Amino acid sequence: MNNKFKIFLKGIKDVSPLMIPVVPFGIIFGVLAIELGFNGYITMGMSIIIFGGASQIIFLQLFSAGASSLIILSSVGAVNSRHLLYGAVLSEHLSDLKLSWKIIISYFLVDQAFAVSNSYLKNNNDKNKHFHLFGAGVTCWTIWQITTFIGIILGSVIPDKLGLTFAIPLTFLALLVNDFRKLVNVIVILVSGTIATLGYQIIPFKAYVIVASLSGLIVAFILTKLMNKKND
Amino acid sequence: MTSWFLIIYCGLITFFTRFSMIALLKKEMFNDRVREVLSYVPSAIFPAIIFPAIFLDNAGSIQIEDNPKILAAFVATIVGILTRNIIATIFSGLASYWFLIFVV
Repeated sequence: MNNKFKIFLKGIKDVSPLMIPVVPFGIIFGVLAIELGFNGYITMGMSIIIFGGASQIIFLQLFSAGASSLIILSSVGAVNSRHLLYGAVLSEHLSDLKLSWKIIISYFLVDQAFAVSNSYLKNNNDKNKHFHLFGAGVTCWTIWQITTFIGIILGSVIPDKLGLTFAIPLTFLALLVNDFRKLVNVIVILVSGTIATLGYQIIPFKAYVIVASLSGLIVAFILTKLMNKKND
Repeated sequence: MTSWFLIIYCGLITFFTRFSMIALLKKEMFNDRVREVLSYVPSAIFPAIIFPAIFLDNAGSIQIEDNPKILAAFVATIVGILTRNIIATIFSGLASYWFLIFVV
């Protein structure tokens, strides 16, 4: 087995536990789209063309509420703006790649793939290490398309009462468990979470995610600077 | 037809937010300080997704009382800290959530 394929498989393996909550999320998206009156082709098209759970849900919400194109586009942009930070974090490891690879990897760069590959890329120096991100991304893509399709078929069979959407915040919570032990991280988490919750209705165009994230990063910048000074 | 165009535009926006930094930033721009601050990106972004999903109701108002999601998230956090296991964290959260809404 060659090295690239090995790393690709490692990406699949590492991201797999994170796919469990993606399954209900994808199904919910499909079910929701059909309930809101979109046809199966458009629903499938959204998952293939946009390929981003949060963006697609926002799209459904706003489009079915009759929002203008401008609002829909800017909201999707705001929801996506966290990807600027993912890109910034990963670019160090990807900057030597060919443009075609950067394009492919960008298409597959979703939260779950970022979360597992970020630590892999940091700790490995193999020149093919981007295959880890590729493997994780392709896994997310495949699961997302299959579950969207299942959601379209199931339509409204799944009861709302199960509260499966709650699996989404739990996934992200699970990704943070290692950070709960570090004081600076805990402060950053609380700052970002509080601003997002309080700003949810006040900050326009669903920009609360990026506003809260940047506030958290600024706090991290200040706190780490203070701590470095103390250690000098 | 308009919805197809809108979906394609949304797809382009999504792609370019992912692509732009990867394409623009160069290795040389990174030093230890930049790396240190960027290591807090997950801690800065994920809570912005987690907290509203737990503390807000469907209408977007803050709901503290009678909200099983808070307790379920708390259980998941404790399990996460103790086990450091992603699947255990997710399932303990879902299980306690269902226990609270269906049994209690």
